[in-house]
Amino acid sequence: MSEKSRDADLLARIRAGDKSACEDCVQRHAPGIYRLALRLMRNEAEAEDVMQETFLNAFKAIDRFDGRSELLTWLYRIAYNAAMARLRRRQPESISVEDAADPQDGSLVPKELFDWSSLPERELEKAELRAEMEKAVLDLPEKLRAVFVMREMEDLSTEAVAEALGIKSDLVKTRLHRARLGLRERLSTYFAHEMPKNRE
Amino acid sequence: MAHDNCCHLLNDLSDFLDGEASEEICAKISEHMAGCKKCRVVVDTLRKTITFYRQLPDPEMPGAIQERLYKVLDLSEFTRKNGVGPR
Repeated sequence: MSEKSRDADLLARIRAGDKSACEDCVQRHAPGIYRLALRLMRNEAEAEDVMQETFLNAFKAIDRFDGRSELLTWLYRIAYNAAMARLRRRQPESISVEDAADPQDGSLVPKELFDWSSLPERELEKAELRAEMEKAVLDLPEKLRAVFVMREMEDLSTEAVAEALGIKSDLVKTRLHRARLGLRERLSTYFAHEMPKNRE
Repeated sequence: MAHDNCCHLLNDLSDFLDGEASEEICAKISEHMAGCKKCRVVVDTLRKTITFYRQLPDPEMPGAIQERLYKVLDLSEFTRKNGVGPR
C-alpha cells in the first residue's frame, strides 16, 4: 500500500471513530511533527505543547478535513500554525527578519570560499558537527527555517510545503534557496575554522 | 561568486542543483564555472551542504514525551491493552 493510500485508509478509519486508527496516525506522524515543532520553537517543552495541540485539533476537526491535501501535509499545516501562534504570543513586537536575509541586499552573497566539498559523509558521525548543523538551522529566520525543515529535513515535496504553509510553490523555492545559501555560509565558516591547516 | 559579475547566477543555483533549471541556465552556469574557481567552490559546497543535511540523523522524540501525548489523546488505555505505542 502506498503512503497516500495508507493515509486515506487511516483517515476513513479515524472518521469512523476507530481509536486504533488515531493511534496508528500518532505512531506514523508524531515523530515528524515533533521534529518540526522542536526546530520551530527551539524549546522541548513548547515543541511538546505544539505537538499535543496539533493532534488534539486534528482529531477534533477531522470531519472538516476535505482530503484535498495529504493527511501528513494537513498535520504539518496545523503544527506550523500552532507554532507560529505561540511564537507571535512570545514576541508580539517582533517582525520577520526574512527581508533582512533577502539576497537582493547582498547579505546572502557567498563570502566564505573555503572548499570543504570533498569531505566524506562520515564527518556526520561527529557530534560537534551535527550540533553545529542543528544550531545553524535554528538560527535561520523563522520563515526560511520552516521551509528548509519541511522540504530538506522532512522530505516533503515543494507542493506539499506550499500547501502546509499556505504560500505559493515559487516562494517555497525562493525561501529554500535563501536557507541553503545561509547554511552553506555557516558550514563553510565552521569548516574554515575547524580545518585551518587545509586552507590555501 | 563574491565577484559582482558572478552574482547574477546566484538565484538560479538551487534550481541548477535540483535539476530544475532550464537548459539555457544550466549551460550558462556550467560555462561560467569552468572559468571561475570561486563559483565552483560555492556550487560544490552548496551541493555538499544539501547532501549533509539530507543525511543528518533525525533527533529522536523522548519516550516520556510520546507517553504524555498518548495520555493527552486518551490513547494510553488502548495502547496498553494492545501492547503497542510508547515503549
